[in-house]
Amino acid sequence: MTALAPPPVAVPSSKTGGRSRSVSWMVWPALLMFTAFGVVPLLGVLILSFTQWDGIGAINPAGLDNWQSVLTGPGLLHSIWVTFLVMALSWAFQTPMSLLLGVFLAARKRYRGFLAVLYFIPLLLSSAAIAITFSALLNPNFGLGTGLGFEWLNQDWLGQGNLALGVLVFVVSWQFIPFHSLIYQGAVRQIPTAMYEAAEIDGAGRVRKFFSITLPQLKYTIITSSTLMVVGSLTFFDLIFVLTAGGPGDATNVLALEMYKTGFMANLMGPASVIAVILVLFGLGLALLLRKLGGGGASDSQLEGA
Amino acid sequence: MAISTRPAPPRHGVSVTSSGGGGRRRSSLRLNWFGGSFSWLWLIVVMLPIYWIVITSFKTRANYYAQNPLVPPSAPTLDNYRLVIEAEFTRYFVNSVIVTAGAVLPATLISFMAAYGIVRGSAGSRFLRSVNGLFLMGLAIPLQAVIIPIYLIIIRLQMYDTLLAIILPSIAFAIPLSVLVLANFIRDVPKELFESMRLDGATEWGTLWRLAFPLVRPALVTVVIYQGLGVWNGFILPLILTQSPDQRTLPLGLWSFQGQYGVNVPAVLASVVLTTLPILILYAIGRRQLLSGLTAGFGK
Repeated sequence: MTALAPPPVAVPSSKTGGRSRSVSWMVWPALLMFTAFGVVPLLGVLILSFTQWDGIGAINPAGLDNWQSVLTGPGLLHSIWVTFLVMALSWAFQTPMSLLLGVFLAARKRYRGFLAVLYFIPLLLSSAAIAITFSALLNPNFGLGTGLGFEWLNQDWLGQGNLALGVLVFVVSWQFIPFHSLIYQGAVRQIPTAMYEAAEIDGAGRVRKFFSITLPQLKYTIITSSTLMVVGSLTFFDLIFVLTAGGPGDATNVLALEMYKTGFMANLMGPASVIAVILVLFGLGLALLLRKLGGGGASDSQLEGA
Repeated sequence: MAISTRPAPPRHGVSVTSSGGGGRRRSSLRLNWFGGSFSWLWLIVVMLPIYWIVITSFKTRANYYAQNPLVPPSAPTLDNYRLVIEAEFTRYFVNSVIVTAGAVLPATLISFMAAYGIVRGSAGSRFLRSVNGLFLMGLAIPLQAVIIPIYLIIIRLQMYDTLLAIILPSIAFAIPLSVLVLANFIRDVPKELFESMRLDGATEWGTLWRLAFPLVRPALVTVVIYQGLGVWNGFILPLILTQSPDQRTLPLGLWSFQGQYGVNVPAVLASVVLTTLPILILYAIGRRQLLSGLTAGFGK
């Protein structure tokens, strides 16, 4: 393909040049919008991290003050730790569950199709709706536990640090497992059936086939899904904001929430911008790290498989 | 299993296929036992809260506190829904519709144009290739992380506390993924078709609408659904960029309901049902397209 590409382009070069001129105006509306509300804010957040601003008045340069105060403050390390915990726990819970469900749903059987219809319903709800539902459901006074009279269900789920963190991970999983199952379902269906038939002739059982064929074939899907989970978990905001507001105390105070509180509740936009920059760096770093782990060029290899 | 395949080697072709089928049936039975119980368990986990939301939204408050939470109401009532609808819900609903339509339609249009331009012109233009690179990079920018400068820009544009303040950043953040998905689809259109359009004297703009648009329509639907769900359920933009109750969208309205009627759980849950209803209807009509829309760009 690449060997063939140069000649047709090279011969009518003036024509292609004319064509790209005649189509390049088409990217301008999108480019302008994305620059105004994507690129400029990204540069802006870096600049704002070196300024002092209360969100209303004038913006004044502040040098490295914000960075110094945030990096030495007690809040940052804690919220990085909480962010990491939420990320790691929800990844560890979601990945095997989504894999199993995805593989299960990939089989073309009618009742599984019916199950799939119901499984995917959480995808439709907003984070705010999910958070409101679970906080009502788990209410220690009027929730499910009291109503059913089960002692073990009747706890102050969102009132104790570790419990609240556990509940958060569960609710995150409840919301996102369907999405990742959907990705796995699609990927499993792309595995050539010939591979399974060959394995069956060799006498491989279901478990063996799962570990020797399905799992290796899903390598890049696992990386994609994990990247989305891990990078996505940096941006959980709505759910935590409505469910626990970072509490009890600061037990579920993730970076995004810490940024919101610093900026929009304490009106310290400078320090909040520092946290935002850290958030961006974490996101980029994690995405690159996962790409490395996958051996790089995951998208190329997926194209080969397709 | 290896033993069961042996007994009938003479009739080779037949025996292989029949015993292979038998082996598959047996092993899938074993999977059903494990996978089956697991999947039914997960079904309960998923459906229990949803069931609870729906039945509770039809209960009276007294009923809610007194009754077993999992038993449907003995005397269903629509009072909660009436209360929610009277409490500005209609206004939030209209706002959500305006914001969603106002963001998704322009975003899809300009993303489609950009994707077309990138696919058609990239070969001869470094500019278009770098624009494409910029959009790809944009996939990695989390909205939360740039919300402070967006807030500043919106204030400076005198748009704070308007629906336009929610719409503009929503458009911008819908662009990268939409361009990626649409460009992938436009690339699949055979080059000969473009060439014959050109020979017929069609302009690029004409080709965009008469050739690319009908061929890429499924991808456009996917993109519209993906963006639409994101904007409809969006929370952080309305939270930060608006202030007055007049400008609230549904998710923010839900949150304020919870603050206002916190103890009136049935009413809060009725508002959850009403907020989700439009999407549920959409799900019932076009489930396949909705699901492929959700995994836009990832499932392909």
